[in-house]
Amino acid sequence: MFYRECGNFKDTYARDMAIFPIPLDRYGFIVMLIVAFLVIPLVASDYWITNIMVPFYCFGLSAIGLNILAGYAGQISIGHAAFMAVGAYASLILYGRYGVPLIPSILGAGVVSAGVGVFFGLPSLKIKGFYLAIATLASQFIIQWLIVHWKWVSGGVFGTVETPNMQIFGWALDTAVKKYYLSLCIVGVLALFAKNLVRGQLGRNWMAIRDMDFAAEIIGVNLYRDKLIAFAVATFYAGVAGSLITFCYYGAANIEEFHVMVSFALMGMIIIGGLGTILGSFLGAGFFVLLPIGINQSMGAFMKVVPSDILSNIETIIFGGLIALFLIVEPFGMARLWQTIKDKLRLWPFPY
Amino acid sequence: MSFFFEVLITGLLVGVMYALVALGFALIFKASDVFNMAQGDMSLLAGLALVGFLQMNFPLWLALICTLAVMVILAYITVFVILRPLVARPPLMLFMATFGLAYLIQGIGQSIWGTDAKGLELGIPDKSFDVAGVFFSSFDLTFAGIAVVLLILLVWFFQKTRTGRALRAVSDDHEAALSVGIPLLRAWLVTWIVAGIVAIVAGVAWGTTLGVQFSLSYIALKALPVLIIGGLDSIPGAIIAGLIVGAGENLAEVFLGPYVGGGIQTFFPYLMALVVLYFKPYGLFGKEIIERV
Amino acid sequence: MNEKSEPLLRAENISISFGGLKALDDVSLEIYPGEILAIIGPNGAGKTTMLNVINGFYKQDEGRIVFEGKTRPKNMKPNHVAAQGIARTFQNLALFTGMSTLANIMVGRTLKMHSNFLSKALYWRFSQKEEIEHRKAVEWIIDFLQIENIRRTPASMLPYGLRKRVELARALAAEPKLLLLDEPMAGMNLEEKEDIARFVLDANEELGYTIALIEHDMGVVMDICDRIVVLDFGKKIGEGTPEEIKANPAVTKAYLGMAE
Repeated sequence: MFYRECGNFKDTYARDMAIFPIPLDRYGFIVMLIVAFLVIPLVASDYWITNIMVPFYCFGLSAIGLNILAGYAGQISIGHAAFMAVGAYASLILYGRYGVPLIPSILGAGVVSAGVGVFFGLPSLKIKGFYLAIATLASQFIIQWLIVHWKWVSGGVFGTVETPNMQIFGWALDTAVKKYYLSLCIVGVLALFAKNLVRGQLGRNWMAIRDMDFAAEIIGVNLYRDKLIAFAVATFYAGVAGSLITFCYYGAANIEEFHVMVSFALMGMIIIGGLGTILGSFLGAGFFVLLPIGINQSMGAFMKVVPSDILSNIETIIFGGLIALFLIVEPFGMARLWQTIKDKLRLWPFPY
Repeated sequence: MSFFFEVLITGLLVGVMYALVALGFALIFKASDVFNMAQGDMSLLAGLALVGFLQMNFPLWLALICTLAVMVILAYITVFVILRPLVARPPLMLFMATFGLAYLIQGIGQSIWGTDAKGLELGIPDKSFDVAGVFFSSFDLTFAGIAVVLLILLVWFFQKTRTGRALRAVSDDHEAALSVGIPLLRAWLVTWIVAGIVAIVAGVAWGTTLGVQFSLSYIALKALPVLIIGGLDSIPGAIIAGLIVGAGENLAEVFLGPYVGGGIQTFFPYLMALVVLYFKPYGLFGKEIIERV
Repeated sequence: MNEKSEPLLRAENISISFGGLKALDDVSLEIYPGEILAIIGPNGAGKTTMLNVINGFYKQDEGRIVFEGKTRPKNMKPNHVAAQGIARTFQNLALFTGMSTLANIMVGRTLKMHSNFLSKALYWRFSQKEEIEHRKAVEWIIDFLQIENIRRTPASMLPYGLRKRVELARALAAEPKLLLLDEPMAGMNLEEKEDIARFVLDANEELGYTIALIEHDMGVVMDICDRIVVLDFGKKIGEGTPEEIKANPAVTKAYLGMAE
């Protein structure tokens, strides 16, 4: 009853194909935007803003990229974090070393990442399935090695480069809240772009490639071009996410933050969140960021101080258990779960 | 010249160890079309369990049996709790389930037996001896021998036994297998137990070398290029590719490494895999997937 | 149908082998504009293989394909062949199972969509206009094939008969010059077959599509097709109008059965 669709007639195709055809969805989204832009910066503590919200947005963005590649276009990629690293270092080099303004640096880093991504995506033209998955793992290790050993990039043995102070047109971005807004705006805009891409023909072509690639080709889809575009977009998003999280959270580009376990975690995020959905990417990222805190709080009810290795073990168990659970019970992830809840609300309190 | 051979031989022997891990992957893939991301963590679990039992002062034979029991329990849970509901789903989903399984095994194993590194001392002799100016380690040779025995056993299993042949026949169509009455789940159980045994061998081999700890599961990541080069479902391929990768990686590290700053072995196997895939998209011995339109 | 006119597609001396098996052995056929051609033959005769060669999905070992008077380069990719104007349905169905009916059919419009990447990201003006324009075309086809009520149904949940219809819709959406149908009526009951036969005839007569179809139901073939090509063990054993084929002893022996 709350989630009404009756009486909601679409009189133009444009309205039928809008992102939020149902008014309640639209209002809900606007409320969310208000919360994100106004409520959180006012109400939340700096700790929450910097350590929870910013990583949430950044991992969400990266997950969108991976979801486009794996969830929509069906190209399994388990080396995604490496492209975040490329973005992180590239943006630092552009901004810190060459003085390119901040936002072009971040976006430029995405472009660099996309270039690298297309290169490592070339195998997808010939190989598929698990062979491709492992080829993407190659990109993780090769990129990692290159970043550490290529002095021009990392400037030293330890592969860490600190971020210089951030400013846009002389306006310094030195507080947590300002960095929060930077992340929010960039992530928001890019998420919108992604949504537009996937609801249009490109998204449909990608899903066609995922579902039956020979049929897609015979209908006229250019497999080579669209697969490479998927890699380009996905790694662009990863690169931007990597640079954002470096500037606004980590404070320094450190290759250790983008190692293979992060790639696996990203995979887990989109599985739990929902493959082939934009919403799911954020749900999965949110889950991942909040999980350690959730466990900490609930264990804190039982014991004063939780030893860190028990904490990480429980996190691992729950993460893995939920991946398996979702695959068995709801393979389309939390996004589908949310959709089901909304569907039930349409009829509630009536049973059918 | 003998230096070159020494590097080569060391590489080959390391390669055998990689092959042991790759074997577990190939086994499960061949029998059930499932790509088991958890293989490395299974080796970790085997290592942890073995050390745990040894630390409880079990004699070696008892510890091994108990570890085997642990792997059997794991196989049961994996097949009947996680894989059974997913039988009819696409292979991608089964792969992702093994992802989750990997995390689970890691977390549970470390919860029970702890996260700090442990040494594994099995009393396998580690003498080095000299053959024609090249040094061999008896330790490495022991495991090379075990690997060869395993290889022969597995090839025999798949070629000659009824279960093995049934597994090969049904690996790509699970639903068809079930409908024909092949006890698919029992066959999978057997496969996972065998993979568990391979994991024990791999866990022991690596655990004695590196110590048993979390990073053991990373060895699986090293074995993946081996799997690719050999072909995902080829048992002999895993061994041959292991040798190639082990030798290649070592030779590259020793002879090329100094020019580019070292650490090549982290990615060189992957580079080799990419090159092989360019020429043979299904690996050297992998089964080619023909699309029937 | 005008037999004196130039054929739309001509397959000349096509041979192709898989492993040791020769699937097609020196097969030549023509498809004339505006006609409905049937390709018939026992199972394994090479009919689907022939379609696959025409689509560019298989590369023939020998022989060539001439489309609209131009010889096709042997290594042309399937999507370029599609761009020339050939569309197809599949024997074992190849719907995109993760998408709705509407989305499936919209994919058929791929070749007709030209907005660039940036425009898509902004979903602005040109891209949006294009989406709407193609949506209208697709709705027309949905109307034509009477599948309005399953527009939003995920393809994986459709019953078999409707799936076949959606696949037909997807092929029609491409507005091809040549439409290839691989057993469009397989596994259907009489009523469903009549529906599909009616749609095929409508597509040919109302919309003017040239159609080549593979079919096993002889009643349907004799009723709706203008000409028939008969294959057996990879060789062409007969060609002509339905009457000619019925009277052809080689064909009756191999395929139609001795008793008439």
